Amino acid sequence: MSLSATKFVHPITTPPTSRSSDKPLFSTFFGSNHTKLRFNKPIVAAQRRSSSAASTSFSPVVAVSSDVVKEKKLKSASNLLITKEEGLVLYEDMILGRFFEDMCAQMYYRGKMFGFVHLYNGQEAVSTGFIKLLKKEDYVVSTYRDHVHALSKGVPAREVMSELFGKATGCCRGQGGSMHMFSKEYNLLGGFAFIGEGIPVATGAAFSSKYRREVLKEPGADEVTLAFFGDGTCNNGQFYECLNMAALWKLPIVFVVENNLWAIGMSHLRATSDPQIWKKGPAFGMPGVHVDGMDVLKVREVAKEAIERARRGEGPTLVECETYRFRGHSLADPDELRDPAEKAHYAGRDPITAFKKYLFDNKLASEQELKAIDKKIDELLDDAVEFADESPLPPRSQLLENVFADPKGFGIGADGKYRCEDPKFTQGTAHV
Amino acid sequence: MATLFHGVGAALTPFSASNKLLLPSPKSESRGAIFLHRSDARVNHAFNLKPATPNQDLFIPNAVATKRETSTKSGHELLLFEALREGLEEEMERDPRVCVMGEDVGHYGGSYKVTKGLAEKYGDLRVLDTPIAENSFTGMGIGAAMTGLRPIVEGMNMGFLLLAFNQISNNCGMLHYTSGGQFTIPIVIRGPGGVGRQLGAEHSQRLESYFQSIPGIQMVACSTPYNAKGLMKAAIRSENPVILFEHVLLYNLKERIPDEEYVLSLEEAEMVRPGEHVTILTYSRMRYHVMQAAKTLVNKGYDPEVIDIRSLKPFDLYTIGCSVKKTHRVLIVEECMRTGGIGASLTAAITENFHDYLDAPIVCLSSQDVPTPYAGTLEEWTVVQPAQIVTAVEQLCQ
Repeated sequence: MSLSATKFVHPITTPPTSRSSDKPLFSTFFGSNHTKLRFNKPIVAAQRRSSSAASTSFSPVVAVSSDVVKEKKLKSASNLLITKEEGLVLYEDMILGRFFEDMCAQMYYRGKMFGFVHLYNGQEAVSTGFIKLLKKEDYVVSTYRDHVHALSKGVPAREVMSELFGKATGCCRGQGGSMHMFSKEYNLLGGFAFIGEGIPVATGAAFSSKYRREVLKEPGADEVTLAFFGDGTCNNGQFYECLNMAALWKLPIVFVVENNLWAIGMSHLRATSDPQIWKKGPAFGMPGVHVDGMDVLKVREVAKEAIERARRGEGPTLVECETYRFRGHSLADPDELRDPAEKAHYAGRDPITAFKKYLFDNKLASEQELKAIDKKIDELLDDAVEFADESPLPPRSQLLENVFADPKGFGIGADGKYRCEDPKFTQGTAHV
Repeated sequence: MATLFHGVGAALTPFSASNKLLLPSPKSESRGAIFLHRSDARVNHAFNLKPATPNQDLFIPNAVATKRETSTKSGHELLLFEALREGLEEEMERDPRVCVMGEDVGHYGGSYKVTKGLAEKYGDLRVLDTPIAENSFTGMGIGAAMTGLRPIVEGMNMGFLLLAFNQISNNCGMLHYTSGGQFTIPIVIRGPGGVGRQLGAEHSQRLESYFQSIPGIQMVACSTPYNAKGLMKAAIRSENPVILFEHVLLYNLKERIPDEEYVLSLEEAEMVRPGEHVTILTYSRMRYHVMQAAKTLVNKGYDPEVIDIRSLKPFDLYTIGCSVKKTHRVLIVEECMRTGGIGASLTAAITENFHDYLDAPIVCLSSQDVPTPYAGTLEEWTVVQPAQIVTAVEQLCQ
């Protein structure tokens, strides 16, 4: 298996010949005083693709160089990577993510939600590209930037919005908040506030999957876990410990790094000795892949392979998605440190705009169809906000519920009865 | 590794319906001697420090008016670590989702032999040897618990779990709440802690005081083979995350335990020796120091009531309260540090709830706020010794 690791991404920087000249240089890196570093770029292999894509200023849709993916591509007769239906699903999911986050910002400034709210604008391609390939039983573990992961996984917008408003109808009954989105129904295992904290939990979910398959011998126990985290987390011990364990036991997990180059105000280059995160995969015996995270189809290609690898039981993959967040780290971040030129560069690579163009150019969808989807999402979100507004706040009686799965854990009171039997307990006024 | 220490005290809990069998056994002699107290009343001692006193037999704990079971010869004798293993094995047999993970639990059989033989029987995935990454494998246990398994995470030494504090506090304790009750974490985190025989400061830590504030977890401390097995089983069956504290020096305690299956209550305290004059609350190894001091105290005419609180979080306020209401004097003997230990919390809880019943301020004997020294003499002085307990009771009962 280590052999195939070396076959994955080669750090080739090929000048993108198909780009129009007025676009900013694709490969330079902005936002740091260091010399401009070139990240390895996906190989633009025009000969493997239909030339119709090459004539546009949007870069041809290619996957990262990998022999495995290459083989799969040659099999398909069609030039296109997706069907119309799939295209519309992807588009709708990205629009949902984008519009939802914009609505969050609005609601925050109107005082409907408080605390730390971390928005995902600009990174939608990663969430959509990966999560839309999963089954409902597959697990997703995220960070504090988890609204869009929740939405992509299927958690209704209503429940996410209510949770943000802190209402009792939220997916976590208002007890989690922006940074702790959980859903048992959709197998979203959180939502973690400390970075890196979710990666061991994801490893545990993958372990569970393997255990069910090999010890409990459950047929069809092939759930895959996706762990999403950022570039800052890749300097954290938990990341490395879990890479080791996942590769050691060939756990069905995909580690997805959303490298948006910034950890609040800390540039990835200033924090990391070797900024090429995908390289850290082969060091542990798993393939490391780098992909353009602003392109949903490229992400989807890589994701498909990585997820299928995990499902087959071949072990974990480390996927580094080069992406960017258009807004600050959180709504409280003034975002003054990032170079406006960098922001402009990535704004020009907006995944939604790019994908729209792809759909039009390949005649997969018309302007009207996409506008209809936009309208649908607008209405959905208006409904979600209304629902959240009208939902009740959690009552006092909810305070002491859910602290323990078995409330006997509050112990035996002075009167000999379990504290949870005290009527004040169920009212939430007991002191525990 | 632990050496054979004291003999065993009996385990009687008149309030607990779950204790099926009464186990009388004679009191142990002084420390420093290698003793083995057999339940059939044979005592093998190599060395007898104190002269025999005429009342030596009178404080056998079964002086309480409870029936003596005719079947005292039934049951089987084993050491505490074997009792833990028995409990663990029974639960693994009963529920295939129960699994163990930790360092050296598999092929090595566990540093303290608690998991010996289990990997051969259940396989390497069910008894998982992990790399040395406490934070991550504890987190992995939590993730596995969230997704349907019932893992038992072993910390080779409780002190190592300091590295897992992030996962224990944030995920283990809080995740059930922050997910709005959607995910349960039926995990058991266990391991030996406490001051051993010159193990040095870092291996002699008492983590119960650090963990006690974490909301959402339960903490129990076992002290005899009987309650070790019962608490292990109860912890595994509980839907709550439970931290089971064992003690390095207690692993080789021998006791006769029932053959039939039993599960103890995680929230209840254990009445070790009923009495009238003073309530002594203790747990884990200090129970044995207390019982030794109790022997001296009885000789001096005192009648201490000794309760092994067992449940460190939450406290069993009923058993403790009944005792306080009877004796009006409380002495807490613990191995935790003076500052912020279990004793400190217990003092606060008793003062809050039973202030009116106290005739004297609560006395709390804890370890000194000192990193445990290596030197044997210094180590002895950091921990509470029976002589100090005797003095404290005498002062309390003036």
